[in-house]
Amino acid sequence: AVSLPFAVGQCGNQVGCRFWDLALREHAAVNKKGIYDEALSSFFRNVDTRSGGNGPDIYKGKICSLKARALLIDMEEGVVNEILQGPLRDVFDSKQLITDVSGSGNNWAVGHKIYGCQYRENIVEKLRKTAEHCDCLQCFFIIHSMGGGTGSGLGTFVLNLLEEEFPEVYRFVTSVYPSGEDDVITSPYNSVLAMKELNEHADCVLPIENESLFEIVNKIHQMINSGKLGSTVKQNSLVTSSAGSAKTLQEKPFDAMNNIVANLLLNLTSSARFEGSLNMDLNEISMNLVPFPRLHYLVSSLTPLYTLADVNVPSRRLDQMFSDAFSRDHQLIQADPKHSLYLACALLVRGNVQVSDLRRNIERLKPSLHFVSWNQEGWKTGLCSVPPVGHSHSLLALANNTCVKPTFIELKDRFMKLYKKKAHLHHYLQIDGMEQSCFSEAISSLTDLIEEYNELDATKGGPRIDPSRLKIAV
Amino acid sequence: MSIVTVQLGQCGNQTGHEVFSALISDIRGTHGLCSKKENESYHDSCKERFFCEEESGVPVARAVLVDMEPKVISQTLSMAARSGHWKYNSHSHFCQKQGSGNNWANGYSLHGPRHKEVIMNLVQKEAEKCDRLGGFFTIMSMAGGTGSGLGAFVTRCLRDAFPTSFILNHVIWPYGTGEVIVQNYNSVLTLSHLYQSSDALLVHENDVIHKICAQLMNIKQISFRDVNQVIAHQLGSVFQPTHTAGEGSGYSRNPLGDLMEALVPHPEFKLLGLRNIPQMPENSLAYSTFSWPGLIKHLRQMLIANAKMEEGIDWQVRPPHPGSSIPSTNKPLHFNTSIANLVILRGKDVHGAELGSFQDPSLYTSWLNPQDAFSAWKTPRAFNKYEKSASLVSNSQFLLKPLDSIVGKAWNMFASKAYLHQYTKFGIQEEDFLDCFTTLEQVISSYTNL
Repeated sequence: AVSLPFAVGQCGNQVGCRFWDLALREHAAVNKKGIYDEALSSFFRNVDTRSGGNGPDIYKGKICSLKARALLIDMEEGVVNEILQGPLRDVFDSKQLITDVSGSGNNWAVGHKIYGCQYRENIVEKLRKTAEHCDCLQCFFIIHSMGGGTGSGLGTFVLNLLEEEFPEVYRFVTSVYPSGEDDVITSPYNSVLAMKELNEHADCVLPIENESLFEIVNKIHQMINSGKLGSTVKQNSLVTSSAGSAKTLQEKPFDAMNNIVANLLLNLTSSARFEGSLNMDLNEISMNLVPFPRLHYLVSSLTPLYTLADVNVPSRRLDQMFSDAFSRDHQLIQADPKHSLYLACALLVRGNVQVSDLRRNIERLKPSLHFVSWNQEGWKTGLCSVPPVGHSHSLLALANNTCVKPTFIELKDRFMKLYKKKAHLHHYLQIDGMEQSCFSEAISSLTDLIEEYNELDATKGGPRIDPSRLKIAV
Repeated sequence: MSIVTVQLGQCGNQTGHEVFSALISDIRGTHGLCSKKENESYHDSCKERFFCEEESGVPVARAVLVDMEPKVISQTLSMAARSGHWKYNSHSHFCQKQGSGNNWANGYSLHGPRHKEVIMNLVQKEAEKCDRLGGFFTIMSMAGGTGSGLGAFVTRCLRDAFPTSFILNHVIWPYGTGEVIVQNYNSVLTLSHLYQSSDALLVHENDVIHKICAQLMNIKQISFRDVNQVIAHQLGSVFQPTHTAGEGSGYSRNPLGDLMEALVPHPEFKLLGLRNIPQMPENSLAYSTFSWPGLIKHLRQMLIANAKMEEGIDWQVRPPHPGSSIPSTNKPLHFNTSIANLVILRGKDVHGAELGSFQDPSLYTSWLNPQDAFSAWKTPRAFNKYEKSASLVSNSQFLLKPLDSIVGKAWNMFASKAYLHQYTKFGIQEEDFLDCFTTLEQVISSYTNL
């Protein structure tokens, strides 16, 4: 089954670039014989380049030329051009790109209304072509940031489009939320306008905050440089490292952070690509983690952040991996799931981990976590045999937890600060199709969402009254 | 008579593979401990039941493999072929690309009707290869989407297409603390639907088998493969050939029919539990000796006290005094009342084994004659390297508590309406859920009032 990523905007494409890089590395590590297999086909087509790349796809046999199944969309050329000149240039062809020159000026309305309208047909056509090459399309991934104009505006326009054209295919969105010190002043507007679209049209959203990525990157640098670790760290095992070996020092500052997000997506799709004793597909993630349609925001964490060079993994270290997944500083947004309320939790383990390790750790950690009354044993688990590159095992935790609430509340507060003074509003309202009601509806949507989380939080710690069972006449 | 096995979903296929492996490994083994003639008879009977012969001489499992995603079937087929001792028919499988998303409604209402014809054609082909069809054995879990939902649909189709054949569903119950969050919904939907088309449900609980792996088999890092191998051993101990009609008769030719006759006198009571002793690591076998009186005594107490394995049996539990009519509410706590029991003994000196204690009327509910309620099958041919092994298949209150727990959790979730939109999307409405809850509360009530 195929997952089709769309990278929209600067952030989206920078993350996307890291993602394809690491995906190729991951498959190269597993696929020694160079045969095009089912696992590869979920992200790549196999094309015979001798016919100029226009020939039919090759479904079996040796790998000829791998082309990523993706659409790269940006209203500026800088990032996409860089990708096309870099080591990934052969992985994409021009038919997968949609670019313009002037950018969206950090304006959601420009991205959504103007470029959306302008490029609609182009996007639909390219989308249909890409989908045609897919044997079975299971899921779309949108990778974007919320604070700017293209990723935020055009990205959510694409989301709408996907729902219209392919209503049965799941829509997963990886959204990078702006931090408080974001240098884009209007990022709260862009984010809240985008949130409404995510509320209404996404099946699952994985929010990411730059602050959290930054803290993780720092933590790793400290660990490596402190000399505290007894053994050396395997360079390629860092959740922040790129595919090229040991080039960590020369990487651009955002590369390390983007690698984390790329690894998130790789881990999320690992069980759908590789075999394991308990497979966990993407449609299962949506099924198990979304108890009510609007509550589809999942907090994610990845562990371990690095692997030490010694291969033996005593179970103590394995258990540490599970503990870390629930700690505040491993979450990819500023959130503390342990002190909030779980609606559902998924654990996808990769590598040499068995069901008994899973069970032992769930039993161990359960008492310190708060689950909603109607889902006291709300665990979804998956075991994938193939670990990520450089690791013997890894864990991805996805939590549907009320700890997302503070992120949304802060976003609302920052929005209201600007909106009350009508600051910069005219930049938006002058765009065709934008009215004041767009803003009021968007903030209303966010407020309602926050309220739903409030209601759930109110049940936390309360008395547990099980509903009475059906009575049967004897 | 031959049995056609239908393996459904990841669990069904992974477990099914271990079952056929265990059967072959047993008949190839040199630990039969019986006469050559007996051994050959056993060998032939097993082969006829579960395998057909190909020109290459490699036995081909009489099985149809079904899954909605390709990875597991592909692995299962190649693992079997690599063994060199048996294999699956390379055409007897059906898979799709997408999976069922742990959604029972997806399996039952979407995949079922869509793929009914192809799947039933494969089943028909396997059925036609049998000289005499003894019935169907399906293997599935009830926690996910394919085994559970598509499995329930396929069972119904089997019933419609083969109205006079026996259908035994082997259902694996998930770990209590979650493999799948919606597992209790899927379980309720599966069990209530199976109850309508199936002849009997033979149940294994992951939690129980896990404990056996940990405490009896001493496995440190327990994998699903370990769990499935224990399950396969237990199933093998039931399905390998036995003499059902006493000494001197040949091996039973109608195993499923015999099973149903022995254990399912009433359609309201279809839940069968399975216990098998002894169970220990292979390298301990050489140092252990067993006696039939000892094994039988343990097995009987496991029945009475509802012990899940041979360790930690509560010897305090006693059946109520025979002869006195005690209303079911006054029966001693923890005492497990039976409708019918089947004990299967395999190994050395089996014909001397005395099973009278299982005919004690106080073990059983009052509405059946204890002689009709108890059956014994024996064979002197030892099973899977155990010099002596004893199995109990029981239609009793064994599964009452676990069933009640699952229904309770599902009801709790249903009351909050969580996840219902995922099911209504595929056409399973709240009323459908209510019907299923009603069916199962009825089953719970029936078993409680034994």
